[in-house]
Amino acid sequence: TDASCPPLLLLLLLLLCHRPFPFFPPASSLPLVTIVPPIKPDNGPQAYPEAEKANLPVFTMNYPRIQIPFEITLWMLLASFAKIGFHVYHKITIWVPESCLLISIGLIVGAIMHSVHEEPPAVLTSNVFFLYMLPPIVLDSGYFMPTRPFFENIGTVLWFAVVGTLWNSVGIGMSLFAICQIEAFGVQDINLQENLLFASIISAVDPVAVLNVFEDVNVNEQLYIVVFGECLFNDAVTVVLYNMFSFVAEMPVVEPVDVFLGVARFFVVGLGGMGFGILFGFVAAFTTRFTSKVREIEPLFIFMYSYLAYLVAELFSISSIMAIVTCALTMKYYVEENVSQRSCTTIRHVVKMLGAISETLIFFFLGVVTITTEHEWNWGYILFTLLFAFVWRGLGVLVLTQIINPFRTIPFNLKDQFGLAYGGLRGAISFALAFTLPDNIGRKQLFVTATIAIILFTVFLQGISIRPLIEFINVRRTNRNLGTINVEIHCRLMEHTIAGIEDLCGQWSHFYWKDKFMKFNNRILRRILIRDSRAESSIVALYKKLELQNAMEILDTVSGDIKTNTFKKFLAADLRNMHDILSKNMYKIRQRTVAYTNKHALPNDSQTKEILIRRHASIRRSLRPGSFQSTVSRKTPPKAHSVWFLHESLLEEVAYPTRRSRSSRPARSSSRAMMPLRRLDTLTEAPSVDAVGDGGRTDHGVSRTDSSYSDSHAAPRRHINSSDDQDSGSVDNLRNNHHEAQEEEEQPSSSSPVWAAEPRDGTTRNPLLRRPQWNPKKK
Amino acid sequence: MGSSSSSTERIPDAQELMQETGFSAAHLVRLYERFEFLDKDDRGELRLDDFEAVSELAMNPIGDRIIGAFFSPGRETVDFPSFVRILAHFRPTDTNRTRNGRNGAQPEPANSRTSKLKFAFQLYDQDRDGKVSREELLQVLRMMLEMQVTEEQLQSIAERAIQEADLDRDDAISFDEFKKSLEKVDIEHKMSVRFLE
Repeated sequence: TDASCPPLLLLLLLLLCHRPFPFFPPASSLPLVTIVPPIKPDNGPQAYPEAEKANLPVFTMNYPRIQIPFEITLWMLLASFAKIGFHVYHKITIWVPESCLLISIGLIVGAIMHSVHEEPPAVLTSNVFFLYMLPPIVLDSGYFMPTRPFFENIGTVLWFAVVGTLWNSVGIGMSLFAICQIEAFGVQDINLQENLLFASIISAVDPVAVLNVFEDVNVNEQLYIVVFGECLFNDAVTVVLYNMFSFVAEMPVVEPVDVFLGVARFFVVGLGGMGFGILFGFVAAFTTRFTSKVREIEPLFIFMYSYLAYLVAELFSISSIMAIVTCALTMKYYVEENVSQRSCTTIRHVVKMLGAISETLIFFFLGVVTITTEHEWNWGYILFTLLFAFVWRGLGVLVLTQIINPFRTIPFNLKDQFGLAYGGLRGAISFALAFTLPDNIGRKQLFVTATIAIILFTVFLQGISIRPLIEFINVRRTNRNLGTINVEIHCRLMEHTIAGIEDLCGQWSHFYWKDKFMKFNNRILRRILIRDSRAESSIVALYKKLELQNAMEILDTVSGDIKTNTFKKFLAADLRNMHDILSKNMYKIRQRTVAYTNKHALPNDSQTKEILIRRHASIRRSLRPGSFQSTVSRKTPPKAHSVWFLHESLLEEVAYPTRRSRSSRPARSSSRAMMPLRRLDTLTEAPSVDAVGDGGRTDHGVSRTDSSYSDSHAAPRRHINSSDDQDSGSVDNLRNNHHEAQEEEEQPSSSSPVWAAEPRDGTTRNPLLRRPQWNPKKK
Repeated sequence: MGSSSSSTERIPDAQELMQETGFSAAHLVRLYERFEFLDKDDRGELRLDDFEAVSELAMNPIGDRIIGAFFSPGRETVDFPSFVRILAHFRPTDTNRTRNGRNGAQPEPANSRTSKLKFAFQLYDQDRDGKVSREELLQVLRMMLEMQVTEEQLQSIAERAIQEADLDRDDAISFDEFKKSLEKVDIEHKMSVRFLE
């Protein structure tokens, strides 16, 4: 297959890079550019060897200079090609998690490298892993963590992460120590501390594969968020435990004071990490308040601040993972309101990309290194490790759930517990920690081998089998559709009710804290951190999203080649970026509409009125509840041209830079959006579309275009190309353009004139529609 | 918790209440204590100002409605059984029926999904005509959204909500339509309070 050619070539290239092949000669013998003046040879001793007289070289190569970046790039490309390759067969990725595939490919590459006696790059040294490869992954997880369910379940998450990991580490460590006492296995030299250290390494769960499965199967939100959160936070706990135990392992004697100090340190580390994260998050949010003039570098702040949080936490040896996660969590909410649409997209995209590449590389190298390291295999130790890991995880989940269930509003049932226990795969963190074990531990190789064994075992076996199992035992599912406005309103009502009842009963629960926090947030935090702080209810936000969805659906009916599926998927997932479009101005428009309707007369009154009536009927039909889910049948052609406007306007915003030639025309035209249908009735009573008269600009300059078609075609067209005179934020432009488009929607037109016929290049027609959807999964 | 069974003696009709509402003795005792706490004048029943004295409830956007739900139509005071009966709506749904030993002929328990929905519905439907009209919806929306939106936005949102839910086109949401619109939502979770003991 053609997908495999490039990787093979790359592989070859990589191999060649490592070996000193003749045509990559080392630098010293390269003919560098030298022009040497002729030296008279004399017979005396010469201090320096004679410089060769060389001609000007036409072709030189200097490999060592670029070696490191070059190899990094090639490895990344190779891993990425592997990823592309997997999706050639779509079915594979359903049944086999991607991490398995990556490890397999890594194994193959490792085998190749081993057979030519090459060393893999030292990617998994402590510094490279912890400073360069881990932060993007954690940032990815933290940034896309669904905050609301997370905070609702935070107690459970922390409980499982902290206590669960401790339980696992101590349990496994102790049992392994007991096993070590058995002479038959020949591992008596491993003392308790080392066992504990090893146990702490392998108790870090990393359910990447599982999360993908959960996502696909739509398991209930509670389970998902607990698994997700646990994985995130137990990374932090594991690293702390690891540091603690490795410190302890080097000490000959452990005193109770040390245990106490260990506990204290744990709190310092955890809370300190969170504190730093929150601090940096707020600083980042505050900074973005002022970046409206430097939109191009806005995403930079996000990355720099999160990375800074990570590094500063590393500086003080406190939990950098917690720091970066809390930083991302704090930052996200405020930053996404401050930055422009584009920056928001860029940030999300880059975070995802970095996370993906890091993860890919890690699993890939896991495969490679498996083959190329020296292993020390010990059947007894390793098998018992596997057994204990499994057993303790299961026990741990059972016991911990029993304890925490009474505190939960929805207790976990047995099936959930099974999902939780079985989803305890091991992954990258264990891998890296194993490699960074200090060398003075006698049995380091054994530990490394055991870790790799357990990772491979869990990832392959559990990863592949979890999907059928979850479906078989029928874990509770959740409904993930974008809610209707009813649902949002009623849920809000219910939340308020519950909060009220709880207050009445004198109880607190998370509703209370959430309420308090939201008040604090609205009153203080938003004022400080957000440039344009207007508290926005989620009801209103959802409403705007849904209106936009309507708009898109109307488009969809005409532009038939866009599949409804991808369409809706996009909308559900990515509308957050779009709600600014319909915000604010959408409603002010109506005032202006009403104001203008009386001033000017339509040249062609009755016809337009009739068409408006017809049009509105069709719009009305399209907005039936049922129509949200199903494809709306093809509408009358009159829509065609207006639809193009929406396309074009959105296209324009995205495809072209916001600086455009400004015309003197008032940019905006306003319209009645696809709004409440009753309202539309009034539109038919008065001539709605007026000639654009004045060239005067107002702040949100309203202009009505002429309804005579020749003019109207020209006018709105130009509107697209002109832009606002005030802040040139892309958001505003998009908003403005959308107005024009919406106005055009209302524009009665009996012919499919210039617009429909005038294509923009179909390929880029609506890049927005092709934006990938991002699910909060650890992918 | 041995003492609780004796303290239920202070509560009138404790056994009946427990049977009817499904609260345990411990829950009931705690609720009784709370009732007494709220009942500042020791009248044995709560009045409107007692409810309003709960400061957070007064600040709740729909606080008035919630308080109103406790008062049966026409009455101005709430006695303990009524108090508990309303609160019973918020008990987490029993996943197993055997706890209360009910048989199939029992009336709908207060904390079933339908009862919870009915409670929520009645928060909207103040005139008890079985339908939530646009105006009623608007009132609630106004309360919840307060200063954040303009009147027009409110109208639009209300309009949209009615559009979505109103299947029989009578411009109002009946209880069945209400139920249907929430069929995918986990009401048992959202409308449950974990009562302390």
